[in-house]
Amino acid sequence: MKVYLDYSATGPVKKEVLDAMLPYLQNNFGNPSSIHEWGRSARSAIDEARIQVANFLNAEASEIIFTSGGTEADNLAVKGMVLPFIYQGKGKPHLIVSQIEHHAVLNSAKTLEKSGAEVTYIKPNADGIIEIDDVKKAIKENTILVSVMYVNNEIGTINPIREIGKMLEKQNQARSQKIYFHTDAVQAAEYQNMNVDYLHVDLLTISGHKIGAPKGIGCLYVKKGTPVMAMMHGGEHELGKRSGTENVAGIVALGKAVELIQKSDTKIQEIRDYFIDRVLKEIPESELNGSREFRSPNNVNIYFKYVEGESILLNLDLVGIAASSGSACTSVSLKPSHVIMAVCSDAERAHGSIRFTLGYDTTEKEIDYTMENLIKIIAKLRKISPLSPKEYK
Amino acid sequence: MKKIASLYSDKVMDHFKNPHNMGEIKNPSGVGRVGNPVCGDLMELQIKVEKKAGKDVITEAKFQTFGCTAAIATSSILTDLIIGKTVEEAEKVTNSAVVDALEGLPPVKRHCSVLAEEALKKAIEDFRKKC
Repeated sequence: MKVYLDYSATGPVKKEVLDAMLPYLQNNFGNPSSIHEWGRSARSAIDEARIQVANFLNAEASEIIFTSGGTEADNLAVKGMVLPFIYQGKGKPHLIVSQIEHHAVLNSAKTLEKSGAEVTYIKPNADGIIEIDDVKKAIKENTILVSVMYVNNEIGTINPIREIGKMLEKQNQARSQKIYFHTDAVQAAEYQNMNVDYLHVDLLTISGHKIGAPKGIGCLYVKKGTPVMAMMHGGEHELGKRSGTENVAGIVALGKAVELIQKSDTKIQEIRDYFIDRVLKEIPESELNGSREFRSPNNVNIYFKYVEGESILLNLDLVGIAASSGSACTSVSLKPSHVIMAVCSDAERAHGSIRFTLGYDTTEKEIDYTMENLIKIIAKLRKISPLSPKEYK
Repeated sequence: MKKIASLYSDKVMDHFKNPHNMGEIKNPSGVGRVGNPVCGDLMELQIKVEKKAGKDVITEAKFQTFGCTAAIATSSILTDLIIGKTVEEAEKVTNSAVVDALEGLPPVKRHCSVLAEEALKKAIEDFRKKC
């Protein structure tokens, strides 16, 4: 049996999406900037996709900037908002980001810090959630941007984006320097409310390959009047915010993918809960990372005491199960997960945690097969581990 | 489907799947515990040394490891490499000998073999202290 439980890493392109995008790779290959029929056909496909994405976010088409993916959109939002202040020498701009952001935001912030910006990194609470009050307390006179992710990619926690957005709006009423609000919604798009008015955000990131479109496409929502500076210069594509000949097929795919998203399906959450309940009941000394209540319906992240993540993953792989881990040993950097470290400052926990992320096709049968193997694998590794107590030997 | 060998050698996977000499020795002659769970690796090597024809011979070696695939495989092969050797011979087993015996380790995992060498040195040191 093969069981893929790594949908937050990436997923397959949906059939309808592939059908929609394929013509733009060969027959309708035109450059959207060309004036002839070939070009016009590509341009109208992009226009349509932009409307699809705008409708999905309850935004205007002119507020959607297509990018090469989530990382580029995050870079555009964070650097594109802060760098103009540095370039114009308007004093030291301050930005607030959470400690559990994706590296696309986190490392952008660190780069800006080296370029003269001031950064506050907000620590999550013990449930892995960013508290509104902590953001509020971090605000300074020179704050220009807050970036807090919607759903955390590792532990699946859902941050109170709407409440932070409303709080910032209130703060802005009494400020001369507006604070703009960005959210990386890459892991949220499939399951959460994505209405930008409801969320009270100025900038929002989406990635294609997490929602059934291919890799290499994403977008940034930029609310009208938000002064984001282009990071990519060239032929003034994407309203001058992102130059480069458009990835027409990818853009069409993203438009189709968001159109296909239906949030009424609760089956995935039932399977998630079935999985969490079984793990916690049947594997002693296992704990859920992150809030159970404010949690993405597809995320299960478990700490297995006394064992190390990479050896769990490889054992799972040997029986055809795909998952991922925040363990240092699976990464090139050998640093343990910054997310779990931010939540609990426990390196052993970061090394021993595994993320399973479900997709719409995940079945209870697949979870049963996973459980059957997981129980054996954890028992075997605990037998080898010098940290486990006698009862596991 | 890409084979796992693109990540680890067959030898590493053999030792990872079926580790040799795992566990503890009753009344070991020497124990070497190295690494730190905070760093993601903790290795404990226990050896039994017996006099044979006037020489100190390692007759038994067992390990317990918390760590990744490479850490488990290096611990396992280390026990294979030292059982039957005299303490003096075992002392000469280096981390590169461990890597060679495993038919290679990814560069980022070579520190695991260093950990194995350190565990061995510590176990021998412990044995000598007790003598």
